[in-house]
Formats: sequence, structure tokens, C-alpha cells
Amino acid sequence: MSRIQGTFEKLKQQQRRALIPFFTAGDPSPSVTVPLMHALASSGADVIELGVPFSDPMADGPTIQRASERALKQGMSLRGVLDLVAEFRRTNDATPVVLMGYGNPIEAMGWAKFAQRCADVGVDGVLTVDFPPEESSEAFEHLQRHGIDPIFLLAPTTEEARIRQVAKLARGYVYYVSLKGVTGSGSIDLSAIEQKLPQLRQHIKLPIGVGFGIRDAATATAVARLCDGVVVGSRIVQEIENSNEANVIDHVSALIKELRLAVDQA
Amino acid sequence: MYDYPDITGHFGQFGGIYMAETLIPAVEELRVQYLRYRDDPEFKAEFAYELKHYVGRPSPIYHAKNWSDRLGGAQIYLKREDLNHTGAHKINNAIGQALLARRMGKKRVIAETGAGMHGVATATVAARYGMECIVYMGAEDIQRQSPNVYRMKLLGATVVPVTSGSRTLKDACNEAIRDWVTNVESTFYIFGTAAGPHPYPMMVRDFQCVIGNEAKIQMPEMIGRQPDAVIACVGGGSNAIGLFYPYIDVPDVQIIGVEAGGHGVESGMHAAPLTANCPVGVLHGNKVNLVQDENGQIKETHSISAGLDYPGVGPEHCWLKDIGRAQYVAINDDEAMSAFHDLCRFEGIIPALESSHALAHAAKIAPGMSKDKVLLVNLSGRGDKDINTVARLSGITL
Repeated sequence: MSRIQGTFEKLKQQQRRALIPFFTAGDPSPSVTVPLMHALASSGADVIELGVPFSDPMADGPTIQRASERALKQGMSLRGVLDLVAEFRRTNDATPVVLMGYGNPIEAMGWAKFAQRCADVGVDGVLTVDFPPEESSEAFEHLQRHGIDPIFLLAPTTEEARIRQVAKLARGYVYYVSLKGVTGSGSIDLSAIEQKLPQLRQHIKLPIGVGFGIRDAATATAVARLCDGVVVGSRIVQEIENSNEANVIDHVSALIKELRLAVDQA
Repeated sequence: MYDYPDITGHFGQFGGIYMAETLIPAVEELRVQYLRYRDDPEFKAEFAYELKHYVGRPSPIYHAKNWSDRLGGAQIYLKREDLNHTGAHKINNAIGQALLARRMGKKRVIAETGAGMHGVATATVAARYGMECIVYMGAEDIQRQSPNVYRMKLLGATVVPVTSGSRTLKDACNEAIRDWVTNVESTFYIFGTAAGPHPYPMMVRDFQCVIGNEAKIQMPEMIGRQPDAVIACVGGGSNAIGLFYPYIDVPDVQIIGVEAGGHGVESGMHAAPLTANCPVGVLHGNKVNLVQDENGQIKETHSISAGLDYPGVGPEHCWLKDIGRAQYVAINDDEAMSAFHDLCRFEGIIPALESSHALAHAAKIAPGMSKDKVLLVNLSGRGDKDINTVARLSGITL
């Protein structure tokens, strides 16, 4: 059983929802990334989505764009991210880690080598924003060979036939993007999510995480009532941006604890 | 018989639909609607009418005899896309996409622009068809192409400066995609070049093919045969594919794409992914050769011409290079400048800096060819927009 699957099964037994924080590796600096990951885990994160910075983050709003720029300025790269995961795994063998980013850095490394490295360092899942199922056959083959879960996005615009297609390919969990827009934009429309989820559930047997637009405890609770996991990204990255290296761990830990309580109230 | 892209939008390994999930249904809808209208007699008739009466097509072919004589070799002929309404080939595609947008019931159009010509073309058709128009333009490009920014504003468009990344064309693309993902239902993205997710490379090519289709009729009328080579500048490559595509199945015609060599391909400061043999990667919805570092991060490109200052290139050009049907070369900033001045002085034509790259390559190879050889160069746009840049480089303040 994969770490992701194990995590969700345990949560299900406890009748709890997953809290899935995202932040960009290397932001504010590479030396803070592993301590931040441990802080997330000890403050209540169930899965960590670790952003791989990219020069052209087309699906991201200004907050995560700036995080990518900061990380790249610090020399962060896909190789560097994989090394950081290896370091994290030395003292944490339980918390699933999902790499999230754009396809080109992986294309540059080569999918075969990338999947091998993921398996070696203990990456559990990979989400490439700009690789839809139609273009993912090579990626899928290599990830599957090494037991890495391909995580797919579904959107409010996704129609039934594509939901079925994603249902066949997806492993681990499925990430439902709750609004039309880039990361960190707009405000969440709970009734729209509530309407869409039954259609998703009809085909998707995996846990469904919902993200985009979750900015505080109240929305986290409300979203958690509807799904299996709550993904929080820009809000955390904003917290990192507003902190310094001395207090960033404390600030992020406090935020995660607050979100954990909120998710558990669902 | 050359028949690309395949049904999934691929030219061999190139092309495809590498987009975030939210936009996949929009791209799919566009594909379905485009395939529905491309052969529709009423659509074709309206497109042809607009090209004739609004754009002023067919654009003439002009024998640059003075310049050819000075160069002392092959005869250079120019396909005068600079004489189109709005001053470049970009209007052909903008009209085609706007007519499609109207049929799809979209009342808001967005565009990215580098040199500003596609932005002006989009603002123009938006005014003509009564659509709201937002143009994303890199802050750096706004500086170097200020006349075009004002033209767009006069036409009623909103020009949004993009200050992220390298503040040029690729960043304008990123920002336009972000707008599209946010306003997907109301908005039609009028993409300016033959790149991006399927069906854009095919659709933009089809709308621009009027260039090559006309030339194929005009050249035999002028010289009794087809040219020995067709030459065009390649940034994304829409003017080039428009000229090249009708000639792909004409084996005696050599096809040459000219990329922006910037300070020189060997310097690393260029925008010539094909000439430099850059690795294949994924950006802006398609798989193409990309100027990138060893970690797959897109590198800043360099070109004197904002319209060629882009790290990628259309997938069909990657494919034509791969199968050996077309050849790609690079022309440096100073070579392009020299051709710019020559055309001004010897032919009385001010060419766009983009087109000056194609002219410079013709000037480079013509002297080594006999006088009965014919080079057809796509003069893709006029250079009025570039006079500030040229003046600055010449140390002149206007």
C-alpha cells in the first residue's frame, strides 16, 4: 500500500479529512524547506504538496509566482527538490510527499530518471499542472513502474467523459480545483463545489481533495465537510512571504495548527 | 502528401495540448468549432471578403531590383505583407479568429503581443466587430514599442503591462493564459502565432496560408515559375508557416526560416531555439524546441526585435526541421540592422526589424547565387513601429 493510500485509509477510519498544505521548495531559502516540511507534519499536515519552482508558472497567481522567483533566485532546481525530499525522509518515513509543478523541468531531466529518483528519495506522488491525461502516457508509464502516484486535477469545466478518463489513470487522490482561475485568486463558491462533487464521486473512487480559494479556518471547515482533503497553498505561501527566516517556522506552524482544528471540526 | 498535425494535434513528437485542466475543455471546444467552420462556405466567404476589402489583399509581390543588383547575385522578391491594413501579416489571423469568436458567441477577446503588431491587429478587429479587447504586453516591450501601445489604446483596447519574469513576449503569454483560465466562459484568446495548444498551430497556419497561396499564383505570373527559395523570419513562426505551408509539397522550392541570433548563437544571447539545437520541452501548451537551461527553466532570450524575442517556436517548424523539409538559420542583431538600412535606402521601404532578419539572410546568400535564381522573402511587416529603436541604436534622440 502506498503512503498516500495508507494515509487516507487511516483518516477514513478516524472519520477525519486530510489537510494538504502546499508550499514552494526553496522559498524563502533551500535551507528552510526541510525544517518547514517537518513543521507541517508535526503541526497536523497529512500530505505535503511540495512545489517545484518553474520560470513560467502559467497556472499560478502572483503569490506563488513570487515564491517561484524567490526559490529560483536561490538556485532551487528539480534536482535540488529531490535532494531535499531525501533529507526529509531521513527522519520522516510516514508523511506522503507530492511534488507539484510544471512538466518542463521533468522533461529536461527525463521521465525515466525522474521516476527512478522519486522512488529513491521517497516521493509518493507527482502532479504536473500542464500535463493533462492526453499527454501523460509516457509520464504515467514511468511513474507507475516505480510505484509513484500520478495525481490529476479536475476543474469546474471538466466534463463527464474526461472525469471517467481521469478516473482510470489517477492514483493516490484527485485534486479538484474549486474555481476557474489561477492559484490564490477569487473566493470559493461552496454551493458550486457541492453541486459538482456528486458527479465526480460517481466515477472517482479515490479520495478527492479540494483546493484553490481556501484562505481561512472557516472556509477550510466548510470545504472539509464536502470532500476527503483540503488543499491550502497560496495562504501558506503568503505566510512564508510575510515572515523572516527566524520566525517563518513558528508562523507557518501556527497557521497549520489552526487549519488542522478547522478541518477536524468538519 | 504532407498532412499534419495528426488528429491529436501532434507534428511527430511536437505540438500537443499541454494545458491546465481548467482550459482543456475550452481548447477542445475551440477545436470542434474551428473544424466545423473551416470548410463552411459562409465562413470562408466572409473571411475572404474581409481579407480583400478590409485588409487590402492580395498583397503584391515586389522585385527589389536595386538591392538585388547591388548584391550582384540572386534576384530578391518581397511578399508585401507590410502593405496590409495595420502593417503586418498579423491581421490575417486576427480576422480569422475574431470571426470564429463571433460565431462562438464570445464578446471579450484577449491577446498577447511582443512587437505590438498582433496586439494592434487584435485591437483593430475587436473595434471592427464590437468586442471588448485586453492586450497583455511585457513592460520591456511597452518601452521599445511605444507607438504601437498608443495605437492599441486609440482602437479602444486595454493594454496591460506585464512585469513578471523577463517582461517580454513569453511573460505576456503567461499572463494572457492566466486571464483565459479565469474568464474561460466569456473570453476568446486570439493567439498571435502558430504555436500554443492544438488547434492553435494548425488554425493560425490555416489563416496565414493566404500568404503562400497568393505567392504561388503571383510568382508564375511575374517570372513564369516558382521561386528557388522562400525565406521568412521565425519567432513563433506564423508569417513563416503562412508562406511555407503551401510550398511544402513543391519539392524544388527550398524553405528557409530565419531566427533571431541576437548577439550570436554561440554567445547564448539569442532567440534561435532551432538553429541552436535547443532541447525539446513544454511551454505555453505545446512541445517544441525551447531556449532553456539544464534544469528545464526557460532562459531569457535576446533579440533586437521584440516580435522574435521568444524562447520557443511553433511545433510545425520543429517538425519541418526534423524531417529535413525546411532549413533554419540565425541572423544577428547587427546583420538585421544592416538589412533594415539597406532596404530603406535602396528600395524606399522601411521594413520591420523582425522581417529584416529574413532580408538579411537573403542578402547573405544572394551574392553566392547566379542572377537567374529567385529568392522570395516575406516582408512580414513595416518598420514604422521600430524607428525609435533604430534611432536609439544610431545614437539619435527623436
